[in-house]
Amino acid sequence: MSKAVLAERRSKKLLIVEAIAIVLALLFLAPFYFVLVNSVKALGEIMVDAASFPKKYLFSNYSDVWEIIRFPNVLYHSFLITGLSVLGLILLSSMTAYRIVRRPTIFNKTLFFCFIASMTIPFQSVMLQLVRVTSTLELRGNLLGIVVCYLGFGLALSVVLFHGFIKGVPLEIEEAAVVDGCSPYGVFWRIVFPLLKPITVTVVILNTLWIWNDYLLPVLIIGSNKDLTTIPLAVTRFFGQYTKQWDLALAGLAMSVTPIIVLFLLLQKHIVEGITSGSIKG
Amino acid sequence: MSLRKKTGEWIRQSVFVGPGLIAFSIIVLVPFLLGFYYSFTEWNGLDLNKAKWIGMDNLNRIFANDEKFWASLAFTLKFTAVTVLITNGLAFVLGLALSRALKTRNVLRTVFFLPNVIGGILLGYIWQFIFTKGFKTIGEFTGWPLFELPWLGTPGTGFWGLVIVFVWQSAGYMMVIYIAAIVGVPKDLSEAAVIDGASYWQTVRKMTIPLIMPAVTVCLFLTTSNAFKMFDLNLSLTKGGPGTSTQSLAYNIYAEALVNNRYGLGTAKAMIFFVLVSLIAITQVWLTKRKEVEA
Repeated sequence: MSKAVLAERRSKKLLIVEAIAIVLALLFLAPFYFVLVNSVKALGEIMVDAASFPKKYLFSNYSDVWEIIRFPNVLYHSFLITGLSVLGLILLSSMTAYRIVRRPTIFNKTLFFCFIASMTIPFQSVMLQLVRVTSTLELRGNLLGIVVCYLGFGLALSVVLFHGFIKGVPLEIEEAAVVDGCSPYGVFWRIVFPLLKPITVTVVILNTLWIWNDYLLPVLIIGSNKDLTTIPLAVTRFFGQYTKQWDLALAGLAMSVTPIIVLFLLLQKHIVEGITSGSIKG
Repeated sequence: MSLRKKTGEWIRQSVFVGPGLIAFSIIVLVPFLLGFYYSFTEWNGLDLNKAKWIGMDNLNRIFANDEKFWASLAFTLKFTAVTVLITNGLAFVLGLALSRALKTRNVLRTVFFLPNVIGGILLGYIWQFIFTKGFKTIGEFTGWPLFELPWLGTPGTGFWGLVIVFVWQSAGYMMVIYIAAIVGVPKDLSEAAVIDGASYWQTVRKMTIPLIMPAVTVCLFLTTSNAFKMFDLNLSLTKGGPGTSTQSLAYNIYAEALVNNRYGLGTAKAMIFFVLVSLIAITQVWLTKRKEVEA
C-alpha cells in the first residue's frame, strides 16, 4: 500500500470518528436546547409540544422570574459569598502551606497530615454538629458565618495544592531577600506569593466552581435569611412554590446557569488546566 | 535560642498558620469529633443544646431495625458500580477520540465538559423537565417506547434516570483527565508500534492503557467517591422517589436528620457513612502506593 492510500484511509477513519463525536456532542447539548426553547413558551404550549420552536415567543417568562426570585439580589449574594470565600482561602491556605513547607516542625507536619486525612470526611458526617457549633458561635444566618464555613471546608485541598507547589520554590531567592533586609512577612508577600500565580489560578478555579454550586451548606447555615439567598437556594425555593409551572421554572433555570457558563467559556483554558493539575495532585 | 528569637518564631507561626487552623478547627475538626459523641445520643433539631446519652440505642436501631438505611446502601452501591463503569468507559473513548487530530476537537471538548460546571441541583431540575415533558414529546413524535416510559415514576427507571444525568455530568471531567494522560504518551512509542504492524486497538490495549494507569486510577476513584456521595442530584431529580426507592445513602442521612428531625440517629448514620467513604479512600492510597513500588 502506498503512503498516500494509507493517509487517505486514515483521514477517512478520522472523519467517521469526528462525525460520531459530533452527533454525541449534539446529544450532550440537547438538554440545553429543551430548556432554551421552552423557556420562551406559554405553559399551554409546553404541555402540548415540548420539542419544537415556539409558535409565539414569550419573553415575559424571563421578566416575571427575574422579579419573583429577585435575580439581581440573588446573583449578588452568590458573587459576594463565593468571592469572599475564595479570597480568604487563597490568603489562609497559601500562608499555612508556606509555613508548613519552610518550618516542618512536628506540629506542622501533624497539621498537614490532618488536612490530608480530613479530605475523606464527607459533608454529611459533620453537618449536624456544624449546625450546633455555628449556632453557639453565632455564625449562623450571617455572611461571616458562611464564609468561615467555606474557609474551613476548602482549606485542606487548597493547602495541599499550595504545599506541593511551594516545595519547588527555591530557597535561595528568599535568602537573598533576607540578606537585603526584607522582613519574614515581606519575603512571603513580595517574593514568594507572586511566584505562586499558576497554582493560585488552580485554587481559585476549583474553589469557585464548588462554592458557587454548593447547596446543602447554605441551606443549613444561611437558612431562611433572605439577605443571603444564593442561586441554588433561590431555584430550589422557587421549585417548591411553583410546582409544574414549567414556563417560569425553565426561564429561571436558563437565567441561573448563565453566569457560570459564561465564566467557563471565558476561562476555559485555565479551568481545564486547573482541573487536570488539581485532580492529579489532590 | 534567645527569648526574643523564640517569641518572634511563635508570633510568625501564629500569623501564618493561626487563622487557617482556627477556621479548620471550628468548622471541620470539632464538629467531626463531636460526631462520635452525638452518635450515642437522642438529639433533635428543635433544641440543639439538649442531647440525651442513650448508649448503643442508635446503632442497635440502625443494624436491627432500619431497612430503609440498608436499602439506600444497596442502592448506592449499585449506583456507584454502574456509573463508575459507564462514566469511565465513555470518558476514555471520548479521550481517545478527542486527542486525535479532529478539526472540531476544541469545540467538542468544550461541549462534553460543559455540564460539569453546573451544579447538581440545577442539573437535576433541568433533567426533571426532560424526563417528564421532553421525553413525552419525543415519544409522541417517534413512537419509540423508550421515550414513553414513566422515567421518574418507577424505581427501575428512576435509577437509570439518575445514572444518565450523573454520566452526562461527570464524563467530560474524566475525559479531560484522560486526554491529559493520553497526550502525554510519547509519540515515537505509538509510531514504533504502528511500524511494527500493530493495529490501532492493539496499540490502545497494549500500550496506551498501561502507560496511563495513574490517570485511570485517579478517575476510577474520583467517580467512585463522587457517586457514593451523590446528594444534590438525588434531591432535585427524584427526591429519593417514588417512595424511597431511589434514596442514596447521603440522602437517607439528610432525610433522617432534617425531615424526621432525628439528629442523633442521623449523626450515627453519618459516622457509618464516614467509615465507608474512608474505606474507599484507603483502598485508593494502598493501590497507588503498591503501583509506585512496582514501577
